[in-house]
Formats: sequence, structure tokens, C-alpha cells
Amino acid sequence: MAYWEPITAIDEGHFIQPGTTLGDITDDIASVTENPAPRGWWICFSIALSLVGVFVVCVCYLFWRGVGVWGNSSPVYWAWDITNFVWWVGIGHAGTLISAILFIFRQRWRTAINRFAEAMTIFAVICALIFPGIHVGRPWLLFYVFPLPNQMSIWPNFKSPLLWDVFAVGTYFTVSLLFWYTGLIPDFATLRDRSRTLWRRRIYGFFALGWRGSNRHWRNYERAYLILAAISTPLVLSVHSVVSMDFATSVIPGWHTTIFPPYFVAGAVFSGFAMVETVFLIARSVFKLQRVVLMRHLDMMNKFLLLTSLLVGYAYAMEFFIAWYSGNEYEIAHFFRNRPTGPYYWAWMWMMGCNVLVPQVYWFKKARTNIPLMFVVSIFINIGMWFERFVIIVSSLNRDFLPSSWGYFRPTIIDVGTFLGTIGIFFTGFLLFMRWLPMVAMAEVKGTLPEADAHWPGSGHRPTDAATDHDKLSREHGE
Amino acid sequence: MIPVHEPESCALLLAEFATAGDVLHAAEGVRDAGYVHWDTHTPFPIHGMDRAMGLKDSRLGWIVIVCALMGMSGAFIMMHWMNGVDYPTIVGDKPPGAPYAIPSMVPIMFELTILLSAFGAVFGMLFLNGLPRHHHPIFESDRFQVASDDRFFISIEARDPTFNPEETRVLMERMNAVRVEFVRESAT
Repeated sequence: MAYWEPITAIDEGHFIQPGTTLGDITDDIASVTENPAPRGWWICFSIALSLVGVFVVCVCYLFWRGVGVWGNSSPVYWAWDITNFVWWVGIGHAGTLISAILFIFRQRWRTAINRFAEAMTIFAVICALIFPGIHVGRPWLLFYVFPLPNQMSIWPNFKSPLLWDVFAVGTYFTVSLLFWYTGLIPDFATLRDRSRTLWRRRIYGFFALGWRGSNRHWRNYERAYLILAAISTPLVLSVHSVVSMDFATSVIPGWHTTIFPPYFVAGAVFSGFAMVETVFLIARSVFKLQRVVLMRHLDMMNKFLLLTSLLVGYAYAMEFFIAWYSGNEYEIAHFFRNRPTGPYYWAWMWMMGCNVLVPQVYWFKKARTNIPLMFVVSIFINIGMWFERFVIIVSSLNRDFLPSSWGYFRPTIIDVGTFLGTIGIFFTGFLLFMRWLPMVAMAEVKGTLPEADAHWPGSGHRPTDAATDHDKLSREHGE
Repeated sequence: MIPVHEPESCALLLAEFATAGDVLHAAEGVRDAGYVHWDTHTPFPIHGMDRAMGLKDSRLGWIVIVCALMGMSGAFIMMHWMNGVDYPTIVGDKPPGAPYAIPSMVPIMFELTILLSAFGAVFGMLFLNGLPRHHHPIFESDRFQVASDDRFFISIEARDPTFNPEETRVLMERMNAVRVEFVRESAT
């Protein structure tokens, strides 16, 4: 059986509609960057840009007055800022999962969505990096986290998980950017070659680096892509593990658990897939990409959401079990009393409801193929995963070791504005990406078409001797 | 057919093919005819083309492994020297620097291994490919634009010892080329 034919025995189907040609792919994708933006794009872009304005105002006020403008106060020194940081980093993870891990597993359906997901990673990690940066209080001293000679002639403490985090997230951002750009090079060449104006040709041509589709180049290019995928796979698992160590290496009940690294990674992939889906559904309806992004892709992603929801649910259950099994009354009190019935019980309910209950609808194919429903569910999962981080951070910190310091954390309007502002930054970047860059990896999608295979019958390639013998044999057997 | 004015001044011969199968088959023919300075240009990598062109495996992995080892050892040396030698930092009452601090060095050693490997993979790939190279005689062809869309090309450079304008053109046409063109170096 030829590999381009779907295996009907396991309910596989075509991911590109039969009859789509190489030229159709180029036209569908490249024309988005060449035609005027649709009205929907302008609406989304103006909303996103307004939120960026809110962000700028909030951060200017923060720098002017100091971190006291947030709701953080002893003992809740980490609140919305770190919640947002962990949430955004987690969202980025689905991008790397789709582009790297599914590539290694040869999941060819990923070609329709990997460029998207990689762009999402880039913008999500930018949003994530903002929060620790503005949380330090004196952002002009941020360079202390880097191993640079400084006026105090001391070095960073490399035993601190916070410093591991700097290296993990910094590496993650850099590698994601390189991976994304490497994938874009052949598509930049396509846009360059289609350019009608001088400036378009110059700008896309600059980024295409003079790519000429040479097979001597493809040979090294494909190897580079494979290596990047292979090193990004452990990288993505390490990043959220290191993020979780910021918590797990402390002695706070609710943080000090060994399940955190895998638990955080599962949650990251879960929330990331939900965000890919949210963004994807918007883009699909705004830019009319139904020919490339099929219901099968969405169905596939919903199955992934169901799987990761079960993993996250398992981690929640395991936290309860280990707390009980430890026999430690502080652990038991934290997990059984403080979280579900304590001052932040409502956040805990949101977390459980959105992350564990809501995705169960995806057991049904009707739900997995219902677009309005999946949009709503993906938003719920995004909310639920935000609350998961909020529960971990705030409900653990707010019950300190000294009952005299117990209080109730309330966010301020600046907290809310800063968070909404980063959503604006994310969508502004994303909308610009969709407008000016090929949002589907054209070269990769072309490679999955039947006519990309040199032995496809329609290609006019003379059948080799082996194939002729095989045909003869099968004909003889058939007769 | 483009008229052949002065074949001596041409930089390369460019043959266009309609399908992936044709270009793969033609590449086998060019390889068997003994050409050295030639290439295929396709909108996506064609499975089996490396063998059809007689290319060896990419050497990129060697560059990456060197970068990976540099990242790992560099991270180790940096942390050991900074926290163990230059300004010994005692945390948790443990002796500073290696070997006692090795477990806490693992995350950063890992991250820098990955970081330098990624640099090695991307910049090594560009180095092996001789990119960026924004000017190339092949871009003088008006037809070459579709090489990044849906057509397939073979280019044979005039400096190839086996190159002969007439014979090479006949070879390409025999291999089902839909169009053959001689491309000259641009005047500028």
C-alpha cells in the first residue's frame, strides 16, 4: 500500500481534499498575505491593539509607583504575575509539541497546523517573559540574573531554581524562534517569487536568504529540521519541569510535591492545545481556510484535549492521594480542607469544572465535530488552566505558617489590566503573523500531497521494473 | 525553445519538469551521465532524490554534536568556576563547586546543550548550504519563480567538465523536460 493512501481500516481519511494541486496550496496560503485584510481581521486587530494600550498604561504606572500597585502582599508575594507567567509558558508548549513531537512521530496531519502552533509558542513565551521581568520590582537590575561581571563582583547562585528557569525559558524562546524561522525559509522563497512589487520581493527575499529549493540544500535542511525537532522534544519537557521546580523545591504545603514536573508538563500541553484551538477557529473563520484546515484536524485536536484532560485529572487525584497517604496532617489539611473548602474554594471549583468535567464531552464524536461547542470548550479550558495556576500559587501561599499573617489576596485593577494587556500583545503579534507570513507551512503541506510522491501513478513516471512485475503478478492472481 | 546565442557565456542550463516523478527520473539520468556540478530545484524535498542524485548523507550531525558538547562542558565550567572557584557560594552548608554541586548543575547544563545544538543545527545548515546568498545566476531565469510553487527544475552548471550545450540539452529533452533554457550571468 502506498503511504499517501489513508488506512481505512483504522478510520483514516484524507487530510487534504483529493484533487488539491501543489499550485492550489500556494495560492490558498500565499494569497492571504497578498490580498487586503478581511474586515474580521481589522476588527480583531483593533481590539487587540487597544489591549496593548491598556498594557502600556498599566506597566508605566507599575514602573512609576512600584509593585505595590498590585494586590500582592505578605505572604502572597507571588500572585497574578506568576500565575500569568506559568499560564503563558504552558500555552507555548502545545506549539512545540505539535511542531517537534508530532514531527518525530511522523504525524503528517500536523503540517496544516504546525506553523500556527509555532507562532503561538513565540508570542506566548514573549508574554510569559514579561511577567517575571516586571515582577522583580527594579527591572533595570534584571541583568543580575545573567552571569555577567557586575559592580558587586559576585555571580548568580546557580543552585537557585529561579536561575534554572531563566536558562530554561530563555533557551526555549531562542530555540522556538530558530525552529520557526527555519521552517519559514522555503515559504519566504515562495512569497518572494510571487511578489509583484519591489519592496515585497526585497523584504521576503531578504528573509528567504536566497533559498532556491536546491536538493543539495534540502538534504541539510531536512537534517537540521530533524535535529531541531529531536532536541526540542526533551527541551519542551524540561521547560515546564524547571518551571515547576520553582515551586517543588520550596517547603510550602501544596508546592512541595514530587509530582509537579510531569503534572505541569501535562497541564501545559492541555492548555496549549486549547489555545491553539481557540486561535485556530478564529483564523479559520476569518481567513476561510476550510480547504486546508479540515474537521478531521479539529477532531484530532479534541481527542488530544480529552487525553490531556484525563492526565491532568489524574494528577489532581494523585495530589489528594499522596496527601492522604503521607499521613502528614498539614498536607492533609491543605489538600482536603484549604483547597476545596478554604477561602479560594471558588477558584478550585473553576479549575476542576473546566479542566476535568467540561472536556468529558469529547467522548462523543458529535461534540468533537461541533465548531461553536469546541470554541466554548477551548475557552473554558483556558480559564480552567489559569485557575489551576492560581490555586497552586495563591491558595498555597495565603495560608502561611503563621496564622497571624493569614489574609485574603485581592487583585487590583492594575493586575487585571496587565493580564488583559498581555492577551492583547499575544493577539496583536498573532494577527500580524497571520496577515504577513504564510500561516500554513506550504512546503510541508505540499510534501504530503499524493503528487509529491515520485511514484504516484498520476506523475507520469515510468513504472520501474519491480512495479511492473508486481502489477503483472497481481493481475495474474486476480484473473 | 530559447535560442542558444552564445553557449560559451552561459552560466547554467535550466530544465523544467512537470512532475516529481519526471524530475526524479531525470536526476537519475544526469547522475548516470557523470555530471558533477548540477542540482535539482523543487518546491519541497522529494523522497528518494538524494539517492537519485547520488548524494551522501548530510554532515550536519557532526557540527551539532560538537556544539552540544561545547554547550554542556561550557555550562559546567561556567558554574563550577563562578560558584566554586572565583566566588565560592555555600548554599545548604554544602561545599561549593563540583563534585558536590553537580546535581544542581544538571538543568543548566542540559539547557545550554540544547541551546548550542540549536545554533549548530541552524547556522551549520546555512553554512553547509552556502546561504545566505541572495544573488545567483539561476535567479536570472524568469521561469525559475515557479520552482517554489509547483514546478521542478534541474540546473547543470556550464563549468561542469561533462557539460556540452547541445548534448546536455538533448539529454534533458530525452528525460521529458517540458522546457530547457540557458541562463546567463547577469550583466551587473
